[in-house]
Amino acid sequence: MPVNPELQGRVFPPAPPYLVGLEKVREFSRAVFASHPINFETDAALAAGHAGVVAPPTFAVVVQEQTLAQLLSEPDAGIDFTRVVHGDQRFTYTRPIVAGDELTATLTVTSVKTLGPHAMVTAESTMVDATGAHVVTATSTLVVRGDE
Amino acid sequence: MSTPIFDELTVGDVIAEREFPLTRDSLVRYAGASGDFNPIHYRDDVAASVGLPGVLAHGMLTMGFAVQPVVDWAGDPARVVDYAVKFTRPVVVHPQDGALVTVVAKIGALDEGVARVDLTVSFDGKTVLGKAQVRVALGRR
Repeated sequence: MPVNPELQGRVFPPAPPYLVGLEKVREFSRAVFASHPINFETDAALAAGHAGVVAPPTFAVVVQEQTLAQLLSEPDAGIDFTRVVHGDQRFTYTRPIVAGDELTATLTVTSVKTLGPHAMVTAESTMVDATGAHVVTATSTLVVRGDE
Repeated sequence: MSTPIFDELTVGDVIAEREFPLTRDSLVRYAGASGDFNPIHYRDDVAASVGLPGVLAHGMLTMGFAVQPVVDWAGDPARVVDYAVKFTRPVVVHPQDGALVTVVAKIGALDEGVARVDLTVSFDGKTVLGKAQVRVALGRR
């Protein structure tokens, strides 16, 4: 089944809120070779004026993942997970993610393009905090390989 | 750590260079931290069965560590306001020897207190990320 072009413009229901845990931020920071104290120590983060330990710039992918799972499991999407290659990725921050945040992500499919047998799906996950204020938007382009 | 002064920067300045020796352990650690348990990132048999040259590093792991020299230079991870990459080549991680990835970070543009830092991320003499750009808000003096 090819990728459904009518996905373009579709907005998914918000994913369940994600609670950003301090130890998760530290674990993720270690995994991406972060070494800055603001990624690990609450005191250092507070001293720099942050509300808690700051997550590394790519941490938002953990929250975005929930929304991409919604897209991949959409019955009429026609996206075969085993044929998906990550083409590009972007994070645009209004403010950094900090430990203690409760983030709600909403996915919008912004574009579906076909290139021969392949399709390129661009999906944007907009994340807001518990007050509804924007924190970060994560944008992925997924390349779905078709039959050659 | 001090904050770089925006008005003292020049396009073309190399602001950081670093080598990242990856091992299979790095991939397992990232799988657990990120929740991405695709077995092509830790099982040779699965990687081979889908025609890959070997177990690959997660693209998001490479994106994740490549920005760290910029974070250290900026003095605060919160100064990174925008970060985008294209995934152009895989990083194959050998079971014994691992993989050595190098990152060179250079000032690409300067605009209204925001420095665009362009990353050259290479493995085995070839770049693995395309158009890897980090926007760092430094403010004006």
